[in-house]
Amino acid sequence: MIVEIGHFALVLALGAALAQTVVPFWGARVGDNGLMEVGRNAALIQLALIAIAFAALVNAHLTSDFSVLNVAENSHSAVPAIYKISGVWGNHEGSMLLWVLILAIFGALVALFGRALPRSLRADALAVQGLISVAFLAFILLTSNPFERLAPAPFEGRDLNPILQDPGLAVHPPLLYLGYVGFSIVYSFAAAALIEGRIDAAWARFVRPFTLVAWSFLTLGIAAGSFWAYYTLGWGGFWFWDPVENASLMPWLAGTAFLHSVAVMEKRDALKIWTIFLAILAFSFSLLGTFLVRSGVLTSVHAFASDPRRGVFILAILALFIFGSFALFAWRAPMLKQGGLFAPISREGALIVNNLLLTTSCATVLLGTLYPLALEQLTGEKITVGAPFFNLTCGALLLTACFVAPFGFSLAWKRGDLFGVIQRLSLAIIVGAVTAVVGAAWLSSGSLFAPLAIGLAIFIIVGTLIEVVMRARRPGVAPGVALKRALGLPLSLYGAALAHLGLGVTLLGLAGLGFGAETIATLHRGAPERVGPYSITLDSVGERVGPNYKEAVTSMTVRSGERVVAEIAPARRQFAARQMTTTQAGLATLNFGQVYVAIADPTPDGAVPARLYWKPLVTLIWFGAGCMAFGGALSLADRRLRFGAAARAKVVAGSLARPAQ
Amino acid sequence: MTRRGRRLALIAAALAVVGAAASLALYALSDSIVFFYSPSEVAAKALAPGVRLRVGGLVKTGSVMKSSDERVAFVVTDGAHDLKVSYQGLLPDLFREGQGVVAEGVLAGSDQLHAETILAKHDERYMPREVVDALKKEGRWREGEDVAKP
Repeated sequence: MIVEIGHFALVLALGAALAQTVVPFWGARVGDNGLMEVGRNAALIQLALIAIAFAALVNAHLTSDFSVLNVAENSHSAVPAIYKISGVWGNHEGSMLLWVLILAIFGALVALFGRALPRSLRADALAVQGLISVAFLAFILLTSNPFERLAPAPFEGRDLNPILQDPGLAVHPPLLYLGYVGFSIVYSFAAAALIEGRIDAAWARFVRPFTLVAWSFLTLGIAAGSFWAYYTLGWGGFWFWDPVENASLMPWLAGTAFLHSVAVMEKRDALKIWTIFLAILAFSFSLLGTFLVRSGVLTSVHAFASDPRRGVFILAILALFIFGSFALFAWRAPMLKQGGLFAPISREGALIVNNLLLTTSCATVLLGTLYPLALEQLTGEKITVGAPFFNLTCGALLLTACFVAPFGFSLAWKRGDLFGVIQRLSLAIIVGAVTAVVGAAWLSSGSLFAPLAIGLAIFIIVGTLIEVVMRARRPGVAPGVALKRALGLPLSLYGAALAHLGLGVTLLGLAGLGFGAETIATLHRGAPERVGPYSITLDSVGERVGPNYKEAVTSMTVRSGERVVAEIAPARRQFAARQMTTTQAGLATLNFGQVYVAIADPTPDGAVPARLYWKPLVTLIWFGAGCMAFGGALSLADRRLRFGAAARAKVVAGSLARPAQ
Repeated sequence: MTRRGRRLALIAAALAVVGAAASLALYALSDSIVFFYSPSEVAAKALAPGVRLRVGGLVKTGSVMKSSDERVAFVVTDGAHDLKVSYQGLLPDLFREGQGVVAEGVLAGSDQLHAETILAKHDERYMPREVVDALKKEGRWREGEDVAKP
């Protein structure tokens, strides 16, 4: 019964989304306030209905109702409760439901907090957001109904894919979707601005909070996914240039570019058309990602059982929203008024370089991801475009962007003094260069990436810190005054600084990999094996029974010289329901680095074949991503930039001049 | 600087970045892409040793030989032709005889591959798509065969 209520709520949500699309759009055209207001209520009702549907599906999974096909195929009565819940989005139908739930949440946020927005802009944005909902709700109801019943109901479920039975599943998809789908609101605002034919700095102020939210969550989501892959796949890699990862990286790159160009637009009223273009691009990549992952054109852990009808349906949605918005862009963008002037050497100029590098690196990722698919369609040849391609193209461009970052952060708006900035950053440049040389000397392998990256990382970190200190402390100012000035600096400055520091920290973690060690060995009890500066000894091998698996557990001691520094317990789990084995890596964090051990099945005589890694600084990769996301949150907390603050001030000023509307 | 000059500078910068990216991409594409073949295609193409490729098929039942120091040798088959594969390292969790596998490495002779990466399927429900296609080409694949397992 609850399941049918969920299904029914989803159908009603489609109705609400239709109302949200048509009525406010019509209202904005005829200038009817009452009709425009309908959009807000429809958005809230839509959210409530989708939330009911989602709750119904969660309930079906929690109670292991195997008469629902989705539960029977992706759950098992013995699965722990947390995986019963996260299993809701561990399959195609459920993850699409989460997708529309988040879409509706963002729509409702506009409805709730968008009072300060111009009425017609809000109405149009809600209408576009509603149209996206209509498309995806129709997709779910027609091709991927999570509430389909199964008769007769099986006695037991087929179990959740063991790879997905991990806390990572509870965290990674919701975070990623909050980012991915969050860009829908930016897209909707861009489309609304094009429909209105008017865009200004106030627009940038409205979309900035949403951009920051989406970008921060996307950053966290990608980092969480990468960390999950790192510890669960058993060979220590954290990024594989897998098409599905690329699908999440592309919106991030476009979104990062947008985040920077929207700042230019907000402060300087320039780069309007380009900013609109990026807004459309970021969400287009989100849609492309959804298509790549959900249509079954790719083989990947993320591609659940596929159905060709779904691929065609998503492709149609993709075409509608991408071509529709770009057609609107081509038609309307020339009408938008161009804004402020600036010299090439200025913060605007640096941000343009940043944008160029980010968008071209995004283009290379797109090329590498789609080229194999296109080639196979055209010639039937199957190829793989792997890490070497992406490292050389996207990697080189992103490293260049990293190099530009401190300069951009230190240059003044409108007309900058490059020589002065180089002088200011001279300490950072010197420290970075020295680090790179020392790194190169220490690393005998002759690899270029690690020393270069470590030097760049230090340059970014030191350069960013210098800039923050210089902003607070002018020469000849007493320390007390400087402290006061530092407290008075806007939070958004600290946010940006923290995000740049995070970038440097992540780069430092990446550079650290070049200084790591790995070895494959068969461990015998009591015989230590060296990896990097540590030695690892196998102490015992045992068996353990979990709720829905049994595992071979080993216990090992990590020593530095004679001193015991950590105990680890790498294991292998056997899942009976799906006849699958997963690797539980043994991890020990030592000074930001990690010792990482993944084992194979123990041999009959009690020896354990294992991969051993020493990964210095590896945790910094994810720590840096966390700093970036926190920087985004800090910017969001800046009062001056809070949603509609400027508009409210303007309304107050305006109401003095003329009577209230 | 005039608006026109500024625009020209911008266009020049954009062209420089895009040009650099395009040449990097072309260079990388010519150098680092890897072709996928089935054992039959490897036999038919008479590739030179030293070529990098991916081979996909089934692990021939009874062919897996493990020796000390984590060396493994096995045979990949698509029914019509076989290819010997040698590999040093730990096999993925889902590597099994009679199941689909993709091996990437360097061709050592006409029928011998030194693999550097071994990929097995992700899930008991489906095979790597390339393997399915390779088997289909040889007429060894029946739709739904693998999926039917309860």
